[in-house]
Order: sequence, then structure tokens, then C-alpha cells
Amino acid sequence: MTWVNAVIQGVLLGGQYALIACGLSLAFGVMRIVNLAHGDLAICGAYLGLVLSSALGVPVWVTLPLLLPAAFVAGLALQVLLLGRALRHGVLAPVLVTFGLSVMIENLLQVAATSDPRGLNGGALTLASFTIGGLTVSWLFLAAFLTACAVLSGLQLALSRTSWGRQVRAIADDLDTARLVGINIRPVFATVAGIAVATAALAGVFIGTIGTFDPLAGTSTLIFAFEAVVIGGIGSLSGTLIGGVALGVTQVVVGEVNQAYAVLAVHLLFLTVLMVRPGGLFTGHQPAGEVRGQGALG
Amino acid sequence: MTRDVMSSRDAEPSATVSVSRWSRTASVAAAAGIATVAFLAVLPYFIGGQAEQPLITLLTFVAMASLWNLLAGFSGLTSFGQQAYIGVGAYALYLVAAHGVNPFAGVLLAAIGAAVVSLPVSALVLRLSGGYFAVATLVVAAVFQIIATLSPSVGGTTGVTVPGLTGYGDVLREALTYWATLAVAVISVAGVFLLVRRTFGLDARAVSSDPVAAASSGVRVRRIRLLAYVVAAGGTGAVGALVALQTLYVEPTSVFSIQYGVYMLFMVLVGGMGTIEGPIIGALVLFALQETLSSDGAWYLVIVGGLAVAATLLASRGIWGLASERFGWSLLPVGYRVRQPRNFHDSQRTRAR
Repeated sequence: MTWVNAVIQGVLLGGQYALIACGLSLAFGVMRIVNLAHGDLAICGAYLGLVLSSALGVPVWVTLPLLLPAAFVAGLALQVLLLGRALRHGVLAPVLVTFGLSVMIENLLQVAATSDPRGLNGGALTLASFTIGGLTVSWLFLAAFLTACAVLSGLQLALSRTSWGRQVRAIADDLDTARLVGINIRPVFATVAGIAVATAALAGVFIGTIGTFDPLAGTSTLIFAFEAVVIGGIGSLSGTLIGGVALGVTQVVVGEVNQAYAVLAVHLLFLTVLMVRPGGLFTGHQPAGEVRGQGALG
Repeated sequence: MTRDVMSSRDAEPSATVSVSRWSRTASVAAAAGIATVAFLAVLPYFIGGQAEQPLITLLTFVAMASLWNLLAGFSGLTSFGQQAYIGVGAYALYLVAAHGVNPFAGVLLAAIGAAVVSLPVSALVLRLSGGYFAVATLVVAAVFQIIATLSPSVGGTTGVTVPGLTGYGDVLREALTYWATLAVAVISVAGVFLLVRRTFGLDARAVSSDPVAAASSGVRVRRIRLLAYVVAAGGTGAVGALVALQTLYVEPTSVFSIQYGVYMLFMVLVGGMGTIEGPIIGALVLFALQETLSSDGAWYLVIVGGLAVAATLLASRGIWGLASERFGWSLLPVGYRVRQPRNFHDSQRTRAR
């Protein structure tokens, strides 16, 4: 029973990882940017949730209608002011710029909020749980998992059904041809960045409600999200969910044996996948070396 | 260092174009560099132990920056996880010193150890490029840190004291640490300079700007990337051993700190990527910043990160790039410069007729 429980908890935890990772996956698929500040932006979302919910005196969920649009606008601004410019300086510039941004965010948060770990007020949901077949499942974990599924399938639907999605897929396939047939690249890039940051902030709210966070939590958040993306297959949204679940299950099951080895096991799983199938587990096998040239979101 | 590339067939010697790789300025710069190193080498006889400390920090910065420049500047491998090899070097120094090897000789062994460790790692991370390579190197550093934390033989989370140094007096120990650091810094800068002046330099820059085109021109892309990665890892391992010698204590959270990755990025970006002079200037800038702002760690890092972003977007060739563009300086040239003879244009006109 312990093992069944561990697997279920792991799947639910994996949903959180997928929620952080989907923005990373989307931004990479469309703009070929690995945003090294993505984890820090999620933690910024958690801090924004903290500020809003304590100022208004309400659980953090109530502040989401304010928080998510704010994060979306922050993403737009980030794209217009920094990432778009960085993209014009070649393939390495976005990597360097987002890493510099990550350092700035982490240390600004330390200046503004000290390095004490914080938690978010999740209201009644925080401790609520239900029992099914002898297993206790936290409503909060379930909510995080279902939110991740909803966000991922919503994105998938938007990509496959809307005209915006068609433009995004065209750009992901071939930027130059997309431009040639008249797609205006900049607004598409900006909305993608906005969605990426908004989903990161939403993930940050769950991170902050389920556990605690501190200014330096961004880097490990980024690493987990990145591992989920690579394990699931770079640029594939459905793969990202499976990648996140693979991480979560590994972490909880190994943690059941020995807590000290849980995170190490996750990293080793990632490195093993990298060694055996560098294109990810759930996509067609990609040749080693050139992961950069991959297209299609799907 | 001049050779003809286009010998004129119609016996018109004035139309010969020559390629130069050296200049009088470069000779003066090299002589000044050697004089500076000689001056730094005799310095411990004139100044006290305390005055050596800031110089040790500066020289460590110079070595780290030059090695990261080999990786990111010349070969296009932006690793933010080089602290993995700082840590491996520091622990390697502890291990060889614990087995009775002289700690100062251990620096060399630590470098070899880090290079050996980097071989299997390279098989994994070099499959990726760009941002994915960058994050994978962060994962490797995290894995090394966890392994060190979980190993009771190297002190686990609490860390270990470097043994074998009690026999030295403080003055001698600090002077020896200083000389070892000077040696590593000089070997790093001179080594990268000599390596990049070889065919490797051209190949590496070709791989960095377009791996596919480089491969199609016969450049062995994998071998070039592997060489850059392993050499940088070995050198960074030596720097890690120096860090252990300086602090006398090896602790996982400090030797695997991402701060090292941030420093390397900052120095190379601000100084000037892909030049020999740039990282040295970057090291001086970081050192100056640290000396003036060290009272507030967080703000200092905000400024470091902000300047790195600004340098990438506004001056992607760094301080040295701006200066050499403006004034045509090249103290330690690594490229090939085509020289036209004085009456080149006249002869062209004659030919055109």
C-alpha cells in the first residue's frame, strides 16, 4: 500500500513539475529560447501572491484574477524589452541574458524579502484531504495536478484550433517561411512569452501553497522543469506532462526508500534519458548533437 | 610570422597580399606581460602575507575567466555549471593531500582528476547545444554537489579541512598559495592564447558560429568541442584546488556554488568574449566591484547580473571589443590579418586596365 500511495503522490507531484515546465517547453518550441530565469519567474509569482493575499487578507486563490494578468503583462514586457532584443544578437545571447536576469531576480528578491522561507495562505484547501480505498489524497495536490492537466490541454487546444495557434505552429516549424507568408512574428512571440510567465506564476502559487519558497528556489525549480521537458521530449506539450510525472514518481518512490537520494535519483533519471534517448522518451528518436533544430509542438 | 597566400604569377611582386599573425604592438604587449608576471612573482618578498590575499583573488578570477572564455567565447559552449569542476578540484586536492601528497603538488593532480571526470560528463552534455547545454551543466553541478553531500568519507554536508598544511608557517603557506595561483593564472592565459592561435582556434570559432557549416568544411566538430570542454574542466579543477588551499576548508555548498558560474559569465561578457585580453579586463572589473561593494552581497550580485545583461545587449563584444574596435588595438592577436602592400591599389588599377 505504501508503494501505491507513493506512486499516486508522485503522479500528483509530477503535475506541478509539468505546470512549471509547460511555459519553458512552449517558449523553446516557438522562440528557440531556453529561459534560464523561468524558475525565478515562478518564484516571483509566489512572492506576488504573498504580497497580494496578505494585503487583501484573502487566500491566494482569490488573488489569481489579479495575479495572472499581471504575470502575463510582465511576460509581454520581458519579451519586448529583453528577449526580443537578445534574439537579434544570435543564439547565445538569450542564454546569457536570461542567466543574468536570473541572478538579478534572485538577489533582488533577497534584498526585498530577505532569505527567510515563506509559505502562501491557501485557505481551507491547504489541509483538506479525502480518503479513497484506504489512500489519503490531499485536495491541494489533486488541484495542482488537475490545473496542470487543464492548462496543458487548454494550450494544446489553443495551438491546434485557433488562428493564433496556427501562427504559433507555423513559426515553430519555420520562422522564415512563417514571416514570408505574412505572419507578424512579434505579437505572437509576445503572447507566447506572456503565457509562459503566467503559467510559471500559477505554478509558483502552487509551489508556495504546498511547500515553502525562498529567493534562491528559482534555480532548482528551473532544473526540475527543464528535466521534465527533456524527458518528455523537447517542444512536446503532452510529453512534458509525462516527463513531469516520471520525475514526480521517481522522486517520491525513491524518497520512500531514502529521502536523501530522492533528488539525486531525479537527476540521474534525467542524465540516463539524455544518454539513451537525447530526444526524449516520448518522441521519435532524434539524432544526438543537434537538438536545436527540432520543430513542431504537439 | 608572415607568409604569402597569393603569390602573383605575372611577376608583379607589388600585388602580393600577406597575412600577418603578429605585430610590433604584440611583441611589446608580450614583453610587458612577461615583465608583469616577473614582478608579481617576486612580490611576496616585498609585501606581507595579508597583501597577497587580494592578489590571490584577482589571479583566481583571471584563471577562471580565461578558461570559461575558451569554452564559451571561442567554442560556443556556454556552461553555467563549471562550478562542478571547482568542486571536483577542491575535493581532489583534499583526497590527494589526505593520502600524504604535498598539497601544492596536489594542484596538478586535481587538474588531471577534473579533466578525467569531465570525459564521461562530456559524453552526456555535449549532445546538447545552446540553452539546453547550459541547463544540463547546471544539473551536472547539482549531481556532484549531492554526491559530495552524501559521501561521509569527504565529510558529507559539513565538509573537511585540507590536511598537510600544518608544517608550513603562515607566511610561507600564503606565499606558496600565491605562487601556485600565479602559476595557474599564467598557464591558463598563456595556454588558451597558444591553443587558440593553433588551427584549433579557427576550428573552434567555426564550430561556435555554425557547427553544420564547420562539419561540412571538414572540421571535426565533436573533437573540437571535447577538447575545449576537457581543457576548461582541467584548468577549472586546478582553480578549485587553489580555492581549497586558500580557504583550507572544503564544503559542498561553497565549492559548488553557482556564484562561480555567475562570475565567469560576468567577467567574460563584460571584458570581451573571444579575445585573450577581455577576460583579464573582466577579472579586474569584477575585482574592483567586489572591493567596493562587498559590504552588501545581494546588491553586488544584482549589479553583476545587470551588467552582464547590459553587456550582452548593448556591447556584445565587451570593454575590450569596444576599445579594439575604436582604436584598432590588438595586444595578443589570435586571428589572421590580411595586409595589403602600400601600392596595392595602384597595381589593382594597372590590372584592371
